[in-house]
Amino acid sequence: MSALPRPATPRLLADLGKGQRARVVALDEAGVATPFAAGEIERRLVEMGVVEGAELEILHEGFPGRDPIAVRVDEHVLALRRNEARAIQIALLA
Amino acid sequence: MSAAAAALRIALVGNPNCGKTALFNVLTGSRQKVANYPGVTVERKLGHFVSPAGARVEVLDLPGTYSLRSHSPDQAVTRDVMLGRFEHEAAPDVVVCVVNATNLRLNLNLLLELRRLNRPIILALNMMDVAEQRGCRIDVAALAAGLGVPVVPTVAIRRGGTAGLLEQIDRLLPTLARQPGACDWAEPSAGELRGFRREVDRILADSLLTAARPPELTRRIDRVLLHPLAGTLFLLLVLFLVFQAVFTWAATPMDLIDAGMTALQEAVRNTMPDGPLRSLLADGVIAGVGSVLIFLPQILILFLFIQVLEASGYMTRAAFLLDRLMGGVGLHGRAFIPLLSSFACAIPGIMAARTIENRADRLVTIMIAPLMTCSARLPVYTLIIAAFIPARRVAGGLIGLQGLVMFALYATGIVAALAVAFVLKRTTLRGAREPLLMELPPYRWPNPRDVLLGLVERARTFLWRAGTTIFAIMVLLWFLASWPAPPEGATGSAIDHSLAGMIGHALAPLLAPVGFNWQIAIALVPGMAAREVLVAALGTVYAMSETGEALQSTLAGALAADWSLPTALALLAWFVFAPQCVSTLGVVRRETNSWRWPLIMFGYLMALAYAAAFVTFRVASALLGG
Repeated sequence: MSALPRPATPRLLADLGKGQRARVVALDEAGVATPFAAGEIERRLVEMGVVEGAELEILHEGFPGRDPIAVRVDEHVLALRRNEARAIQIALLA
Repeated sequence: MSAAAAALRIALVGNPNCGKTALFNVLTGSRQKVANYPGVTVERKLGHFVSPAGARVEVLDLPGTYSLRSHSPDQAVTRDVMLGRFEHEAAPDVVVCVVNATNLRLNLNLLLELRRLNRPIILALNMMDVAEQRGCRIDVAALAAGLGVPVVPTVAIRRGGTAGLLEQIDRLLPTLARQPGACDWAEPSAGELRGFRREVDRILADSLLTAARPPELTRRIDRVLLHPLAGTLFLLLVLFLVFQAVFTWAATPMDLIDAGMTALQEAVRNTMPDGPLRSLLADGVIAGVGSVLIFLPQILILFLFIQVLEASGYMTRAAFLLDRLMGGVGLHGRAFIPLLSSFACAIPGIMAARTIENRADRLVTIMIAPLMTCSARLPVYTLIIAAFIPARRVAGGLIGLQGLVMFALYATGIVAALAVAFVLKRTTLRGAREPLLMELPPYRWPNPRDVLLGLVERARTFLWRAGTTIFAIMVLLWFLASWPAPPEGATGSAIDHSLAGMIGHALAPLLAPVGFNWQIAIALVPGMAAREVLVAALGTVYAMSETGEALQSTLAGALAADWSLPTALALLAWFVFAPQCVSTLGVVRRETNSWRWPLIMFGYLMALAYAAAFVTFRVASALLGG
């Protein structure tokens, strides 16, 4: 995952790099590997403030593979892995 | 209302990082205790205080959670208490929902969920001081009107910072006789959770006049501390400092405890008539309690660091930095704290694994905790290294050979732990990793009072848990090692004739292939209680009368004369793995609520110990020509 090519128009939070800002468009956990029951990732994300319309900004990246990421979600900061970040569909903010 | 009879019961509920425990501490002071819920291993923190109006109020501090939906054993307790599901414990009279005033948009979701319980709720707007510093302005009246519950600003770290909350509790008192409405709570769906959030947004539009400025300083610190290179170096530095402190600061108090226990043993020996009771007191009870007490300084120092690192917000950063690295073997970033604790003693480490939500992840952490070199192994390592490894310098005089061997033993434990985790995650405890969804709170200065109270609580828990188990086992092993008494005119040491001696002789053929003689086999039996007991037991077998350091030095001489180098190396290898600690197994039994995991742990560690000792003995014998 480290040398992930960046799509020209990123659609998922997982595609973003440090410093980029975005708005949440939708949550869809269909393509995410998870030990949980269906719908659980979505509920956890909502509980942690990741809902449609929330503003996101990638503040820090871990390593190796620039994973996990520290994301500002409106007014707080959330650490998550790029795996779960693939459940978060976004629209890039300028 | 008569104060003593009608104790009001309140429960503090809130997200992690909302300052809930600080509020609990300032409300109850030192009038708090930790107990266990029957049947679950999660602790309940209870305290009490007397309100300004004279009512006796009991306070329950519940584990932090974002929702009543439970993800971990900790959070299941919060839910079950709130719903009154525990036997012998009714749901609390009043729920005090504690929120971080700088982070209302996230924190208030829990309040909306709690409202469905239809119980009296007070919202404590905590950390108001920080909120004001960051320019946050809240219309408290509008917030209360929007939420439909009383709202009181609180500052848990300031005297008088809870006056508003206390007044509100007194105001609620007369209304409590009314029967609360029926509980409407059911696990909220994703849609309902979104509904909570929309309502929070709507309420905050009217009541949050100015949002808090972002914590700029935290951003700047994190740019360094979360940096792949600088952050990792800082983490290593922190770990190094913690280890230094654990081993150097603790040396003096440990010597004092050792001297005190030895003096106490002497006093008992000198004042009581010879007999089984004297032996039980001196060799069983005092030695047993002493073997636990001696680790208290190290554990306190370690806990002090953990408390400070947790309270400052750094622990979440450490988990962030290590998540990917530990993920390589399938471990969760949160496993870092339990594993770090295990370097002092596996017991608090295994207890700390409770914060890991996922059962498989938690079990893997528990299973590998004993492979971290705990301080009980040190006396054994020191003794054997002093006896067999020459005090030579290698690598051009830079590194001492003895220190190098010690380092190799630590490293072997860590590497083995990672390997075992890797295997477990791919066999019995398979499954995708628990996601990391963790808030990184702004950095804060730890409040000395909260650190101190946390330290006292952890020390008390450790002493109680370990003390009771080890005490019982020490008495049992004392019995094994001293009964039956040697016949009149018998030669050799008394332990040779005891049950422990018989077991040791029976085990000797089994242990011969790994190079252990019958003396080691016998010493391993009482050494099951705790690893460091092996030193004293070897002293008994080799009929040494000295104690403490004198024993170590003369015993080292006797061992150097009696054992071959391969035997000594095999014993070191054995001790990296051997489950020579019944208390650890007892704690695993408690924490997992089954005999299955302690048995598996015992089995796999024994197998590894035997294999490692066998390979070491054979290879060393071959290399050294027999």
